Amino acid sequence: MKALAARRHHPMALLVILLLALVATGGLYAAFQPRTAQAETYTADDIQQGEALFLANCATCHGRSGEGLQDADGNTLGPSLIGVGAAAVDFQVGTGRMPMENSGAQAWRKPPQMNEEQTRQLSAYVASLGPGPSLPDEQYLDPANGDATKGGEIFRINCAMCHNAAGAGGALTRGKFAPTLDGVEPKHVYEAMETGPQNMPVFNDDNLTAQDKNDVIAYLHALEENGSPGGLSLGSLGPVTEGLYAWTIILSLLTACAVWLGAKAK
Amino acid sequence: MTTTTPSSQKQDAQPGRVARLGAVGGDWLDQRTAGGGLVKFLGRKIFPDHWSFMFGEVALYSFVILLVSGTFLTMFFVPSMDEVVYDGVYGPMQGAHMSRAFESTLHLSFEVKGGLLFRQMHHWAALVFMVAIFVHMFRVFFTGAFRKPRELNWLVGFSLMVLGMVAGFSGYSLPDDVLSGNGLRVVDGLMKGIPIVGTYLSMLLFGGEFPGHDIIPRLFTIHILLVPAAILGLIAIHLTLLVLSKHTHYPGPGRTDRNVVGFPVFPVYAAKAGGFFFLVFGIITLISATTAINAVWIYGPYDPSPVSAGSQPDWYMLWTDGGLRLIPGWEFTIFGYVISLNILLPMAIYGGLLAFLALYPFLEAWVTGDDREHHVLDLPYNNPVRTGLGVAWITIYLILALGATNDLIALKLHLSINDLTWLFRVSIFVAPVLVFYITKRLCIAMQRHKRGLALHGVETSKVVRMPNGEMLEIHEPLNEYDRWVLVQHDDFRPLKAGKGVSALRAKATSFFFKDYISPVTPAELREALDHAAHEKHEIDAVTGGDYTVPSAKVGH
Ligand code: HEC
Ligand code: HEC
Ligand code: HEM
Repeated sequence: MKALAARRHHPMALLVILLLALVATGGLYAAFQPRTAQAETYTADDIQQGEALFLANCATCHGRSGEGLQDADGNTLGPSLIGVGAAAVDFQVGTGRMPMENSGAQAWRKPPQMNEEQTRQLSAYVASLGPGPSLPDEQYLDPANGDATKGGEIFRINCAMCHNAAGAGGALTRGKFAPTLDGVEPKHVYEAMETGPQNMPVFNDDNLTAQDKNDVIAYLHALEENGSPGGLSLGSLGPVTEGLYAWTIILSLLTACAVWLGAKAK
Repeated sequence: MTTTTPSSQKQDAQPGRVARLGAVGGDWLDQRTAGGGLVKFLGRKIFPDHWSFMFGEVALYSFVILLVSGTFLTMFFVPSMDEVVYDGVYGPMQGAHMSRAFESTLHLSFEVKGGLLFRQMHHWAALVFMVAIFVHMFRVFFTGAFRKPRELNWLVGFSLMVLGMVAGFSGYSLPDDVLSGNGLRVVDGLMKGIPIVGTYLSMLLFGGEFPGHDIIPRLFTIHILLVPAAILGLIAIHLTLLVLSKHTHYPGPGRTDRNVVGFPVFPVYAAKAGGFFFLVFGIITLISATTAINAVWIYGPYDPSPVSAGSQPDWYMLWTDGGLRLIPGWEFTIFGYVISLNILLPMAIYGGLLAFLALYPFLEAWVTGDDREHHVLDLPYNNPVRTGLGVAWITIYLILALGATNDLIALKLHLSINDLTWLFRVSIFVAPVLVFYITKRLCIAMQRHKRGLALHGVETSKVVRMPNGEMLEIHEPLNEYDRWVLVQHDDFRPLKAGKGVSALRAKATSFFFKDYISPVTPAELREALDHAAHEKHEIDAVTGGDYTVPSAKVGH
C-alpha cells in the first residue's frame, strides 16, 4: 500500500495519466471529426458574394479578377492573388492587414474591416481563382493538442531570429519588422506559417508539418499562460531594457537617497 | 595637514552619547588587541559630505550584495555542461535536452525557495554595481579628483571597472542559455580574429573547438573565485589609499588644499554609511522582487543554431558589441592569413578608449605641467577642456552602445535599421568633436557669467535714473560665502616651448588653455567692490535707500 501511495506521488505518474488522457481524447476527436476539407465547403453563393466584396474593396490594387496590378511606373500596386489560397486571405483580412490602407515598408496589423462572414466569402472567391493553401484544420489549432517543448525548440530555431525569443518582435532591414506574437489567434499563427506574409518565409508542410505548427501554437500559448514569473517583464526585450531601467529608475532612486542623506547633514 | 569640523555642524551632529559609546567600545578593543590606536585613528578621520561622493559607496554596497546573493546561488548552481533531460516544473521545457548548468538555473528559478529572487537580486545588483562605478568614475573625472596625489587610486578604480565587466560577463555566461552562449560565441570570434595566435587562444580558453565541454566550469572558477578575490583586494587598496591621501572636498570658505572639512567617521559618517547600505539593499531587493531580469527559460538552453532577435549583452558590455555592428565587413587575406579588420579595428578602438581613461591623469599632468597636490575639487565648468573631453568620451561610448541596440531602436521607433547604422557610423566621427566644442563653449559661458556675478553681484533689473540722466542698475552683492566659491579656483599659466618643454607639449598646453578665463584677482575684486560701493552711494542719494519700485509704492 505504502509503495503504491508513494508511486502515486511520483511526478511521472501525473505525466503518464495526462498523456493517456491526451491520446484518448485525440483519438476520439480524430474518429468523429468531419473529414471534408474546408475548401470544398464554400457554396457558389459564397463565391459570388466574395467576388462582389472583392470588386468593391480589393480590385483597385489586385485587379478585377485578382490578377495583380501595376501603376504606370511598373510598381506593384497589389500582387496577383491567383493560387495564394483561402489561408492567405483569411490571414490578411482577418488580421486587418487587407484592405491595405497606405503603402509603406509593410502592411500593418489593424482592427479587421471585414466581419467573419465577409472574410469567409472573400476567401471563397480567391480560393476559386486557383488552388492554394486552404484554411487550417481546427484540430491543429488547439494548444492542448500540441507539445509545447517541441514547439519551443522549433520556435527558437525557426522564428526567434525575427520575432525574438519571447515573441516580442524584432527589426528587419529597411524599416520592415517582424511583429509581436502576443495575443495573435492560433488560426492566424498557423496561416502565417503556411502562407509566409510579406517578408516572412513560407513554412509549408514539408518544412514544418501540421503537427509541428500545432506544437508552435502550443508553445506560444504556454508562454502567454506563464506570464512573467519574475515580475514586470519590461517588454521582454532583454538586457537593453534592463540596463535602461538600471540607469533611469534605479539610479534615480539611489540618487534621491544620496541627496536626502546629504541634505540631512546640513 | 589639519582637519577641521565646522563648529555649527559639530553641534548638529550631537556626538555626545554616541561618541561616549564609541569610546567605551574603543577601550574594550584597545585593551584586548592594542589596536585601539588604529580604531581611533580611523574613527577620527574626517569625511566631507556631498551626495555626489556617495556613488562609490553604492558600488561597494552592491558588491556586498553580490557576494551574499552569489554565495546563495553557488549552493544550487551546477557548473557542468553534461547533457540532461529536463523534468522540472517548467512545462514548456519538459523533456528538452540541456546542460546541467541550464537545468540547475531553471531549478534555482522555479523550485528553490527564494531562488528566483536571489537570482534577480544578484543580476540587478550586478547592473547597479556597474552603474555606480560609472557614475563614481565620472564624478572623479569631472571634478579633477584624479590629480596628484590620487593618480594611483584612479588606476585602481579603473581596474575595478574593468574587473567589474569581466565579473559581469563571466556571470552572464554561466546559465548556458542561448543569449549567454551567443555572448561566448562573440568572444570566440573576437579571439579568432587576432592574426596567427587567435585560433590557439580560442582553443586554450574553450579547451578545444567552441563551445566544447570546459568553458562553463572554467568561467565558474573565474567568476566566483578569481575575479571576486581580485575585486576584494583592489577595493581594500582603493580604500586604504583613500584614507592615506584623505578625501577631496568641494570649494568653499575655509576649504583649502591643506585641510579636509567634513564629519568624523565615527559616529556621524559610520551611522550614515550604515543607513545608506540598508537603503541600497532595500532598493535592490524591491526592484528584484518586482522586476524580472534575464528570464533564461525564454531564451532556452544553448544550442549553436538559434540566434534570437534582440540579442544583446548586459548594458556595460553593449559598447563592445556596437563597434562590431557598425563596422563594414572589411577583411582581406595575406599569405593565407585572413586579416579581419572588421574585428581588429573595433578592438583597437575599444583599447584606445580604455587607455585614454586609464592614462588621462598622466596626460593632463603632462599637458599642464602641474605637479602640485590638489585636495580642493574643480567645478567642472572651471576646466572647459577636461570637461569637453570627458563628455566627448561619453558620447563615443554612447554611440557604440546605441549601435549595439540598433535593431531595438528600429523596432520601437519604426525606423530603418540601415539608416540608423549609417547615422551611427557618421556620428561616431562627427558627434564627439561637436559635443566637445559645445561643452567647452558652455563651460566658458558659465565661467563668464560666474565671473560677472562675483564682481558685480546679481542684477535686480531695477534701474535708477540719476539727476544727470545716467541710468544705473541696482545690483545685489553676493554674500561672502557664495562669492568665495566663485573666486577661489585655480589660476594656472600655460607652458611655453623651450626650457625642456617640447613643441608638441607646448602645443598641447595651448590647446588646453586657449580661451582660458582667469579667475577674479583680489585687485579686480577690490576695484569692483569699490565701484559698487560708490554706485550704491549714488543710488542711495537718489532713492534714500528704498529700492521698491514706484508702482509698488503707490499700492502701499
Ligand atoms: C491599397 C492597395 C491594396 C488593397 C486595397 C488591397 N490589397 Fe491586398 N495587397 C496589397 C499589396 C501591396 C500586397 C503585397 C504586400 C506584400 O507582400 O508586401 C497585398 C497582399 C495581399 C495578399 C497576400 C498575397 C500573398 O502572396 O500571400 C492577400 C491575400 C491580399 N492582399 C488580399 C487582399 C484582399 C482580400 C483585399 C480586399 C479586402 C485586398 N488585398 C486589398 C495591396 C492591397
Ligand atoms: C525572416 C523573418 C521571419 C521569420 C523567420 C518568421 N517570421 Fe513571422 N513574420 C515576419 C514578418 C515580417 C511578419 C509580418 C508580415 C506582415 O505584416 O504581413 C510576420 C508575421 C507573423 C505573424 C502575424 C502576426 C500578426 O501580427 O498578425 C505570425 C503569427 C508569425 N509571423 C509567426 C511566425 C512563426 C510561428 C514563425 C516560425 C515558424 C515565423 N513567424 C518566422 C517575419 C518572420
Ligand atoms: C564581482 C561581482 C559580480 C558580478 C558583477 C556578478 C554578476 C553575475 C551575473 C550578471 C550573473 C548572471 C545571473 C543570472 O542572470 O542568472 C551571475 C551569475 C552567477 N554568479 Fe555572479 N557576479 C559577481 C560575483 C559573484 C560572486 C562573489 C559569486 C559567488 C560567491 C557569484 C556567483 C554566481 C553564480 C553561482 C551564478 C550563476 C547562477 C545563475 O545563473 O542562476 N557571483 N553573476
